[in-house]
Amino acid sequence: MSRETMEYDVVIVGGGPSGLTTAIKLKQLNQNLNVCVLEKASEIGAHILSGNVFETRALDELFPNWKELNTPIKTKVTKEKFLFLGKTKSLSWPTWLLPSVQQNHKNYIISLANLCRWLAEQAEILGVEIFPGFPASEILYNNDGSVKGVATQDMGIDKEGNKKDGFEPGIELLGKVTVFAEGCRGHLGKELIKKFELDKGKDPQQYGIGFKEIWEISEQKHEEGLVMHTAGWPLDNNTYGGSFMYHAENKQVFLGYVIGLDYKNPHLSPFDEFQRFKTHPAIKKIIEGGKRISYGARALIEGGYQSLPKMYMPGALLIGCDAGTLNMPKIKGSHTAMKSGIIAAESIHEHFNSKSELSIFEKKFKASWLYEELYKARNVKPSFSWGLILGIIFTGIDQILFRGKLPFTLKHKHADHETLKPANEMPKIDYPKPDNIITFDKTSSVYLTGTNHVDNQPVHLKLKDKNLPISYTLEKFDEPAQRYCPAGVYEVQKENDLYKFVINSQNCIHCKTCDIKEPSQNITWVTPEGGGGPKYGNM
Amino acid sequence: MKILVAVKRVIDYNVQIRVKEDGSGVITDNVKMSTNPPDDNAMEEAVKIKELGKASEVVAVSVGDEKAQETVRKALAVGADRGILVKADGIIEPLAVSKILQKIVEKEKPDLVFMGKQAIDDDCNQTGQMLAALLNWPQATFASKIEVKDKSLEVTREIDEGLETLEVNVPAIVTCDLRLNEPRYASLPNIMKAKKKPIEQINASDLGVDTKPRIEQIKVEEPPKRKAGIKVASVEELVQKLKNEAKVI
Repeated sequence: MSRETMEYDVVIVGGGPSGLTTAIKLKQLNQNLNVCVLEKASEIGAHILSGNVFETRALDELFPNWKELNTPIKTKVTKEKFLFLGKTKSLSWPTWLLPSVQQNHKNYIISLANLCRWLAEQAEILGVEIFPGFPASEILYNNDGSVKGVATQDMGIDKEGNKKDGFEPGIELLGKVTVFAEGCRGHLGKELIKKFELDKGKDPQQYGIGFKEIWEISEQKHEEGLVMHTAGWPLDNNTYGGSFMYHAENKQVFLGYVIGLDYKNPHLSPFDEFQRFKTHPAIKKIIEGGKRISYGARALIEGGYQSLPKMYMPGALLIGCDAGTLNMPKIKGSHTAMKSGIIAAESIHEHFNSKSELSIFEKKFKASWLYEELYKARNVKPSFSWGLILGIIFTGIDQILFRGKLPFTLKHKHADHETLKPANEMPKIDYPKPDNIITFDKTSSVYLTGTNHVDNQPVHLKLKDKNLPISYTLEKFDEPAQRYCPAGVYEVQKENDLYKFVINSQNCIHCKTCDIKEPSQNITWVTPEGGGGPKYGNM
Repeated sequence: MKILVAVKRVIDYNVQIRVKEDGSGVITDNVKMSTNPPDDNAMEEAVKIKELGKASEVVAVSVGDEKAQETVRKALAVGADRGILVKADGIIEPLAVSKILQKIVEKEKPDLVFMGKQAIDDDCNQTGQMLAALLNWPQATFASKIEVKDKSLEVTREIDEGLETLEVNVPAIVTCDLRLNEPRYASLPNIMKAKKKPIEQINASDLGVDTKPRIEQIKVEEPPKRKAGIKVASVEELVQKLKNEAKVI
């Protein structure tokens, strides 16, 4: 069946910081370009989740006068703390002994979702067409193999794949250039990386899962502008991760936890580690008496320089964390994502004007501060594969003494789905039951995300082999999907002595962790019907 | 035949509602807003009637602040021909909305006015009825089926006893139930076309309607937290608890 087509100069997939920045910069460079942004969430910002301590460098370039515009960037970082946690004790690390990349005194505590909403307003003022609720589900190619555009998802298909009454076919959006800015582990980005071998000669990408809760706490305990990070408990020395707690405006704290998805123990439950972390005396005393108002989780990029794929291909660019521009030691990806958007727009502008190839992106990227930043940061994450303590010592030498200029590059050796050890070789972990005051279960947490998917639609978490979860993964790894999913999508149920693998796809908060961590890469995340997924507010 | 459809902008039904700390209302900042769901059904029905060739024009109207324009735009994207936004700030009670709609009806002279049976934010279920009274028009509420006859409508309503069928003469007010139909998706090309459709903006004050609230809202509170359930050991214990603690038998 033929679909309707719409033609643009540039089609951008994803309304996050990198995609919106590309759109804005393009219109700033040439008001006459036709630019559209597709976003799978019901509105811009509703699928955005980030810490977020924001470095303004890229925004300074995009809107030099941003301080005069009414941005949602209000809370300047005023104080910093870094704690090493033992089971009950905590050791405060002097911030002057932190590498400069981890110092935040020039930065702001923001909600990235709100910043994206603001960016979207600016883009619309400039004439960008933004379409929330329309996931790009398919890449379209020209006969010569170059990218031609994308198609949006058909709407109104039932579970069995039949058309419902309100069926609305997808649309083909054709761009002279298509920019993929889906964020970490975008499902189209994944296809492009494979098809164009963009990761050839690169290390396997590394990921983490990040959790975030927003708490409203009492005025006495709230210190607006305070940024605190922790390492250590409840994770063991061999698991990469840590927490953040940012005191934002309106008596809110943004509390979160990040765990590297290269963890080895299949019994580990990232969600429960986060919940347990909150019971530490140093954390509990701050949130006690407060109220949890939001919850969410999202996979993030940790691979950095070594794992960064080539970001251009015929007809398209891959930017932000769809490629993987997050700076891990800085724990920041927003300014780098935005910068990649600026470079993308400048490259496309030149491509249109002087008929230079899109590969100009590479040249511009390598000459930018973004490249320099990622290059200097490259050895931090891999050094933590030696454990937390050696990682910290090495990072001190690498980042403080040599400022990232050591004459070698450590490698990421394994993809995250390869790191799990068999369940019977690893210790079981006994997580405490939630108290519903400080700690919670997955069900009540997902409830706060406002997640919904129209029912009676095809399951958007596809199994390559539908028997594998029970026949192999359950026996060998005790089916870790039950634990790594932060939303309780995956369950193993026992019925008449037979095990059954259940996918509650309507709970999915679009974090992509299953697509990354499933040991046999048996789960593929595809876009559900438009507008589905979480409805995050100021995450 | 011309149909006027009233649409309201409300907090999206999936969003977890949070009450303001001072109890003065609920938090709407950075909260996803959508069209009141039964208003979507009202719009769908009007567009269907037009597609059957039984209506010549569908006009969408909303009352609210500047942002309610998005709600009108959405109505245009699913098939309304043009839109009207009556601008008014703060809480606009059903009586004020019906008076505004009365003025719009006098101006637009529609044959039918459709709207949702109630809004999911205040659950008043009053605007349609009040508008019918103000205009002295017949009304059919909670419609789950509408058939357009020559100069009348046959409307089926779901009531406690079963189905009730009414016939109302045109002009009439119909308030719509969620069972009436399945609202269509707004397609991308239609969203694009909707951007070019006209939306007339009118200030409520220019219509001579006093929108000052007549009701004083004293306090908004969250419902009390539900207590955890308990397991009982025997039927006797259950009966005893139902009798003495719950006092329901």
